[in-house]
Amino acid sequence: MSHKTLINIGPFHPLQEEAEFFQLYVEGERVVDMDVRISYNHRGIEKLDESKTFDQVPFVVERVCGICSASHPLAYIQAVEDIAHVQVPERALYLRTIVNELERIHSHLLWVGLGGHFLGYNTVFMWAWKYREPILDALEVSTGSRVNYANCKIGGVRRDMTDEQLADIDRICAEAFGPIEMLTHAVIDDPVLHARLKGVGVLTKADARAYGANGPTGRGSGLAIDVRRDDPYAAYDRIDWEMMVQDSGDVFAKAAVRLLETLEAIKIIRQCVKDIPGGEIDAKVEHIPPGEAIGHVEAPRGETFHYVRSDGSNYPVRHKVRAPSYVNVPTFKASCIGSEIADVAITLASVDPCYSCTERMCTAVDADSGKPMYDFAELVRLSQAKTERIRKQV
Amino acid sequence: MGLKNWALRKSLWVYHANTGACNNCDIEVLDLLTPRFDVERFGMLLVGSPRHADVLAVTGVCTRQAQPRLQECYRQMAKPCIVLAIGSCANGQGIFAPAYHMGTPVDETIRAVDPNAIIMYVPGCPPKPEAMIAAVAKAWELIKTL
Amino acid sequence: MTDAVTTTGTQVPLKGFVGEVLAGLSDAVTAVEQCDERRGMARIDPERVVEVAERMFALDGSRLATCTGLDVRDGIDVLYHWAIEPPGVVITLKALAAGPDLTLDSIANVLPAANWIEREMHDLLGANFRNHPDMRRLILDDSWPEGVHPLRKDFDQVRDRPPLPPVPPAPEQEGQV
Repeated sequence: MSHKTLINIGPFHPLQEEAEFFQLYVEGERVVDMDVRISYNHRGIEKLDESKTFDQVPFVVERVCGICSASHPLAYIQAVEDIAHVQVPERALYLRTIVNELERIHSHLLWVGLGGHFLGYNTVFMWAWKYREPILDALEVSTGSRVNYANCKIGGVRRDMTDEQLADIDRICAEAFGPIEMLTHAVIDDPVLHARLKGVGVLTKADARAYGANGPTGRGSGLAIDVRRDDPYAAYDRIDWEMMVQDSGDVFAKAAVRLLETLEAIKIIRQCVKDIPGGEIDAKVEHIPPGEAIGHVEAPRGETFHYVRSDGSNYPVRHKVRAPSYVNVPTFKASCIGSEIADVAITLASVDPCYSCTERMCTAVDADSGKPMYDFAELVRLSQAKTERIRKQV
Repeated sequence: MGLKNWALRKSLWVYHANTGACNNCDIEVLDLLTPRFDVERFGMLLVGSPRHADVLAVTGVCTRQAQPRLQECYRQMAKPCIVLAIGSCANGQGIFAPAYHMGTPVDETIRAVDPNAIIMYVPGCPPKPEAMIAAVAKAWELIKTL
Repeated sequence: MTDAVTTTGTQVPLKGFVGEVLAGLSDAVTAVEQCDERRGMARIDPERVVEVAERMFALDGSRLATCTGLDVRDGIDVLYHWAIEPPGVVITLKALAAGPDLTLDSIANVLPAANWIEREMHDLLGANFRNHPDMRRLILDDSWPEGVHPLRKDFDQVRDRPPLPPVPPAPEQEGQV
């Protein structure tokens, strides 16, 4: 057996905000195997929810993940609304759409910034996060918080938005469109990024499907699925929008999907603001009958899937929470094996792992008791160095 | 105030440890580096190792899995150091306190290895970046007295 | 619907796309609980989970979204949630891993998507999956004892917590500052 060295990534590393532990096995410059174990972030939420009333659960699941904070409560609430056969008022559907799309924008911009950093484009990091701020302002003005919106409830939404707030959101989105479009073109047209990201970390369509990948990870590999189109919820079937799909399955494709989706999200929000009807925002549900149902939504990272079972009491009998990263992260095995060390940081990042959603940590399967060669900061440095080399060649 | 404290006061180096968080606090910590808040103008930096840091910024509930690692991390910090417990989770496990995978709360976890640890609590879920900056400003004041 | 497993009961009429899929599996389906435009729920023969998974995955546009394990009176009920897109339906197939063995065949060899979730159901519920390629602990921490399954109904999340991990030993050499 040739010399396998062990590269630890984790558990606490500064540029991955989450505690997690990926372990790579490397032969020379190539990744030959990797393992992920998840338990740092495991908080026992599914069990916790069995002791919470139906109305309390959204406040818990909002905190499964901060960046998909709107998607988890909505998926849960949709499942419960299915059990109780609730007709949600139109206006509430539009309000839900607005918040979820604003979240998509800020999440994707966050990712662009981190990805930029991993590649050595620190101005992209600063720039993307700067343009994230007005989106967070829009969320704060309308829901009361930059993150953790607590906007949905079973039967509708908890608070309305005034015409003024809606106009504000529209203005912020209109102003953000230009800079984001510019960033999109800057990334998509940059020859250095082409050379750096094309063909890197390829996930084939067949693999994507076998792993159950979804979201931009799946759509970047030609898997044309999106819950908003396939099983429409909120107001998505009343709005004119396009699903973004790329075929090459590499990091570049996933980045392109996210950027294009961000622009599309702005269009969706502006349509919602224009078309939102008046009326009630809450169906005033009082009792959840026995039953079981599923709710799923398209979070920024992919499909968030919840299953709820009720026995007619105030508490869910069972609540299954499946975040998108739970199915997307394992695709690393298919996309990372065979790549060079310098590409690991960006390939890992390209799945946009929302670590707290998936709680990841890696176990040490020690092949040779090789000592750790690089920590994650080193891997990022390697990645940035490779970009530099390519920049000089191009 | 000696030279060391003066130098410390000019540039606070922060090591960020996530002990099982939802990401919100962590993202807001990173947000401090970005143009709107820009804490680097205060000389504040996120560093890659606890050995280089003056401040241990902890987010998260401190799960069972994170508990011994947080203790290890604290031990590696150069002393004196200040622990910033950021967010409801780090302050007392927040909404997750009854859950089965919790370790001891962050402050108990750290006091188990150092009963005299200096811990500042930054409440919020998540605390706004302005609140975090206020905490750092208070940490500066506190360091003067150490 | 409580924690008892319905193996008989009124058969729901099969209609639409979901009905077609369930009809195609009729030799393995023992009861249909729901069949409408977007959702289907049916119980399958637990001896045939691998075959059913292969047949479901062979359908165009299908994917395994996830699995839910439930602690029920007779064992662990494993729900396989299949999404088929287009047309955008979710069909849940239920297989009971009956007590005391709580065992089903693993479908992870057929479908990598099942790998982690079977490990998780093993950790949290004690369900066993025969021939799983990599049945290691996934989600509970290193100090969590074997055989304690927190999602079981008889586990109280506060009272039944196992002892916490010990404080790591102090470094041999002091003098860090």
